[in-house]
Amino acid sequence: MNPIRSRFARLAWSLGPLLGLVVVALVFGAIEYKVATGEGRTPQFFTPESLQVVLNHASLVGVAALGMTLIIIAGGIDLSAGTAIALTATSIAWLYRDGFDGMSGWRDTSPLLATLALSVVAIAGGLLTGCLCGLVNGALISLLRLVPFIVTLGTMTAFQGIGRTISGETPVRAYGKVPDLVASLQKPYPDPGWLMVSPGVWILIILAILVALVLRYTVFGRHVFAIGSNEATARLCGINVIRTRILVYTLAGAFIGVAGLYQFTVLGGEGDPVSGLGLELKVIAAVVIGGGSLSGGRGSVLGTLSGACIITVIQHGCVLIGVPDHYQDILIGLIIIAAVTIDQLRTRIGTN
Amino acid sequence: MDSPSEPRHAPPGNLLGMSGISKRFGATQALDDVSFELAAGRVMALIGENGAGKSTLMKVLSGACTSDSGSMQVAGTTYRPTGPQSARDAGIAMIYQELNLAPDLSVEDNIMLGQEDHRRGLLARHLQRPRVRKVLERLGHPELQPETPVHELSVAARQLVEIARALVGQARVIVFDEPTSSLAGADVDRLFDVIGRLRDDGIGIVYISHFLEEVRSLCDDYTVLRDGHVAGSGTLTNTTEADIVAMMVGRRVEELFPTVPHTIGDPVLELQSLTGRNTPQQIDLVLRRGEILGVAGLVGAGRTELLRCLFGLDPVVSGTVQVAGLVKRPSPDTMIRSGLALVSEDRKDEGLAQDRSLADNITYSRLDLYTRFGWLNLNRRHDAVNRCMAGLEIKAVSPEQPVSELSGGNQQKVALARVLHQDADVLLLDEPTRGIDVGTKAEVYRLIGEQAAAGKAVLFVSSYTPELLAVCDRIAVLARGRLHDVRPAADWSEESLIQCAIGSEAAVS
Repeated sequence: MNPIRSRFARLAWSLGPLLGLVVVALVFGAIEYKVATGEGRTPQFFTPESLQVVLNHASLVGVAALGMTLIIIAGGIDLSAGTAIALTATSIAWLYRDGFDGMSGWRDTSPLLATLALSVVAIAGGLLTGCLCGLVNGALISLLRLVPFIVTLGTMTAFQGIGRTISGETPVRAYGKVPDLVASLQKPYPDPGWLMVSPGVWILIILAILVALVLRYTVFGRHVFAIGSNEATARLCGINVIRTRILVYTLAGAFIGVAGLYQFTVLGGEGDPVSGLGLELKVIAAVVIGGGSLSGGRGSVLGTLSGACIITVIQHGCVLIGVPDHYQDILIGLIIIAAVTIDQLRTRIGTN
Repeated sequence: MDSPSEPRHAPPGNLLGMSGISKRFGATQALDDVSFELAAGRVMALIGENGAGKSTLMKVLSGACTSDSGSMQVAGTTYRPTGPQSARDAGIAMIYQELNLAPDLSVEDNIMLGQEDHRRGLLARHLQRPRVRKVLERLGHPELQPETPVHELSVAARQLVEIARALVGQARVIVFDEPTSSLAGADVDRLFDVIGRLRDDGIGIVYISHFLEEVRSLCDDYTVLRDGHVAGSGTLTNTTEADIVAMMVGRRVEELFPTVPHTIGDPVLELQSLTGRNTPQQIDLVLRRGEILGVAGLVGAGRTELLRCLFGLDPVVSGTVQVAGLVKRPSPDTMIRSGLALVSEDRKDEGLAQDRSLADNITYSRLDLYTRFGWLNLNRRHDAVNRCMAGLEIKAVSPEQPVSELSGGNQQKVALARVLHQDADVLLLDEPTRGIDVGTKAEVYRLIGEQAAAGKAVLFVSSYTPELLAVCDRIAVLARGRLHDVRPAADWSEESLIQCAIGSEAAVS
């Protein structure tokens, strides 16, 4: 194989999903421009507001997809991501609601400290719930030697059931009990204007850089790739496959926790245990569109974020153009299939 | 397959003719102007080392891949397969090493798979059953019951099912690919009997095998491939075994097995009645520094399992493993830290993570050399990997190139590079020369010698007896998971090794 071409091809491939995002954005921008000018409106697609909305909207799926990227690179899958997000959102809401009522005395004496403590407890509780969900998945898969698909199919239903149990069958509402700083996480137009995008987006960017660094520059990151690429080789090289896999799922659980917090604020301070169903498919789709391989060993942070943005750009673009909801679904479905087809073609060309 | 030259027609009486077949994979010329002819009612041996082009030639024949040039005729008519189905239509059947059966289906369903008797889609069992029985009778095995699920059968019986399937499909040419590699003595005789019957029925047989004795007792003609060329062909009665080996190897034997002088020191690895789940059984063995200990035995004798068990990849049921005098509880992690390293026999599925880079594959077992608090120093690793690559003359673009883009020989060098990079005291090498060319083999032997000279101990498992005899200090023979004999290599001959391996199998069974 021609070495220069091969290196170039590898670089091009790693940027492929990003290019895909640019193409999708340009196509929708052009169509929206045409439609809007035709109807005498001002085109809205290429505006700062539009960017703010898209990025903010992508951040929820994006942050959960960071964890899913780790799982998929390690050769796994997590179908329970959606209901786990809902479960963490519910527990955050529950902690805020009951915590707020519980510390009414303290709130009178030192309101600032009480609010701070309440938020720390609620958010830490949410992250912990997420980690716990991941730990359960990872432990079941590793210790019982079950297929990730089956285990997480089971926990998907179970997590929703647990959520409904804590919530007592109704959404847990913590309206007015959440400090503004937390409540504004997912406000597309941030309050201090210099932030430019919502705090949720900034958190996503920081976490994404962190995950990318971990994947590239840590032993753990190499082990994740090794396990997904060839588990037998990993074992041969003395890598502790069980421990690494449990760690991967637990870490992904932490990202679920962050996504749960986003979900909680998107709903305006509410935790609804049935709100997350179907979200896992968007999360998985983001990773797959971003070049992640469900057979493991491949995936990247940049790709996943591009994948998440592609999905949101399509949704946002369709709204602006006035395309009904159900056409969006068809379009996103086709994009997933197209992304995987391109991936397959590349593998086939690579082996020939 | 569009050849500019006029297709040469096979002479009358020839069942199968392949002429001028060439095939290129990337940088390797797998087949170069290969011609091959087979007459009805003859058994043709196809001989050659791994990588000589035997399997590629058979893939061209079976339509699994298309040749770049050349032409083929079956019974006088041009044959241009577009896939496995057209090979079947032309009457060409393949019996592979890994049998292609559906284990949950019955003997009858497997035999008739894809060629079922039916009326408008409804299975016509009453038509099928007699055909199946007739074919089994023709093979001399009427005792096989059509209703038996295939997973209940022995390997030998499964092979019969495959042959029966070929016969029902009106096969005129049957290719056997190393059919005895997983059979025991008596089953081999029965298979030869079946092949004799097929020959007498006028079927043309291609028989691929490594075992020259086997070829001599069964086959009529031979074709030897070497590096994608035909190195020789003819009738076996006029040819000696030495001639065939010379054709296979194509160069003088002395330079094939370079040795490095080394001295044997203290024991470093001691096994006391090591027993795994099935194999190994009660193995006692001592390996010394600077020693190369060969392990011979038939397929299934438990050689690979012995290595896996002592390395902790397979569970140890009883017995102990001592490294440098200390008892260890085998697990890959502890064993690597105790100074052991293993090269897997299965480069593709276990040995290497194919889509990862050379750098990753070489350093996976010792990433800790380049880390501080879990963070990798990629520059230092890059330099170290470059040194490894230079030392072993691995041909690759850069340490970041995926292993899958390398040739088989270079991949094997990467697997060995990991073991060297690990700087292990005990090297467990499982078929380290499988599937690599003669030149690379010689490099591997020299490497093994150098490691022994540096005071490392080597446990060298191989199915290729000549290399064991040439490279090792002592050779142990395993049969049915048990250690049968350990003697200095000088006390063994190729015959006595095989005799011991086969004889012990028969004695136990």
